[in-house]
Amino acid sequence: MIELTHVSKWYGPVQVLDDCSMSIAKGEVVVICGPSGSGKSTLIKCINGLEPFSKGTITVDGISVGDRATNLPKLRSRIGMVFQSFELFPHMTAGENIVLAQQKVLGRNREAAAVKATELLARMGLAEHATKYPAQLSGGQQQRVAIARALAMDPIAMLFDEPTSALDPEMITEVLDVMVKLAEDGMTMAVVTHEMGFARKVADRVVFMDQGSIVEDADKEAFFGTPRSQRAQLFLSKILQH
Amino acid sequence: MFAGFDFGILWLNAPFLWNGMLLTLQLTLLAVGGGLLLGIVLAIARLSSIKSLAWLVEAYVNFLRSMPLILVIFWFYTLVPKLIGRPVSGFYSVLIAFVMFEAAYYSEIIRAGISSVRRNQIAAAMALGLTNLQSMRYVVLPQAVRNMIPVLLTQSIIMLQDTSLVYVVGLRDFLTSADIVASRDNRPTELYLFVAIVFLVICFSASRLVNRLRRRYAL
Repeated sequence: MIELTHVSKWYGPVQVLDDCSMSIAKGEVVVICGPSGSGKSTLIKCINGLEPFSKGTITVDGISVGDRATNLPKLRSRIGMVFQSFELFPHMTAGENIVLAQQKVLGRNREAAAVKATELLARMGLAEHATKYPAQLSGGQQQRVAIARALAMDPIAMLFDEPTSALDPEMITEVLDVMVKLAEDGMTMAVVTHEMGFARKVADRVVFMDQGSIVEDADKEAFFGTPRSQRAQLFLSKILQH
Repeated sequence: MFAGFDFGILWLNAPFLWNGMLLTLQLTLLAVGGGLLLGIVLAIARLSSIKSLAWLVEAYVNFLRSMPLILVIFWFYTLVPKLIGRPVSGFYSVLIAFVMFEAAYYSEIIRAGISSVRRNQIAAAMALGLTNLQSMRYVVLPQAVRNMIPVLLTQSIIMLQDTSLVYVVGLRDFLTSADIVASRDNRPTELYLFVAIVFLVICFSASRLVNRLRRRYAL
């Protein structure tokens, strides 16, 4: 469903993505990990065209992301994205955050959008928080609202950019639980994360990146059993020792 | 303390002074409205990715911000009739001067307000499929406006005070009307004191309002 072929990207003279190729099939959960600055966030943002790339092609559901003729807003509305820093709109309540794009992008009427929001908030365990503003919610609650906001668009795939990195430890589980459920329901997911427990539980594949390139792309068992590259071994030993 | 003062003079000339006040308020409101509209356009132009346009607007803003307002008023007073080839009432030439001048200041405030919204907010809006324009309209501007309302109001209070400069082109604003009465009846102290108190009351209540808004919209 998502296909990256030979994707490279430069910021001026600095190369941040180096010939990255990978694919994500429908219903597949792929975890992308690697040291900071390895380009994993940039890569995932290329998939919905939030970051332009310099070379190569990316297609989502057969539509070329880099093509100038592509209607990017329309394509983005079909791919959910969750950010590290939540990025709820602070001037709207949780409910309004979820309603906005349903109305303005999908053209749903207010009632239908509100029903959907209520339904999703309940699914996230946040039924009683619909009228609260983001500032009145904890980090974990905000991130779950952000997930609900993305799901409200009925996306064909979800992208997660370090969804738990900004959270206090006790809130990480509540967000991961929601993501696990989503994966089990068959959602196609690309997740940039350091949460190896999550990867072990639900990932189909793990992609390891370093210095802008994909060093390893392996089945979960193979990756956690014996990573082929030294760099991945080193990374895992650092991450898993605590 | 006020022995020998005659405050009845204010009452006697109330309609005349009120007309002056009307002109002051009219000028302020129109200049603030026009300045805001032009300011929004300038701010968006300055933030645009078209480099030459952004540069042109920056030059305009920097130029007007380095000029004394009174000089700008003089210019437009002599310039506007020449440009359109027929005499123009002092009111309109002054109004245009105020709008052009205030727009330079407002555009900077608006630009700062828009820039104060975190870039990732735009990314989040676009990721949902909103277009550039929709992201601006529903996500960026509502937050930017909250950030800039207090500063915009402060600038508008200064604008109100600045309207007294129309004195130089002979328009009868509040201060000028008071001045006319003061010299005609030789009662400068009473009149100037009155003008000061009126300005104080208006500006003080406005800045109280600014403070309340600031607290209410603190995000």
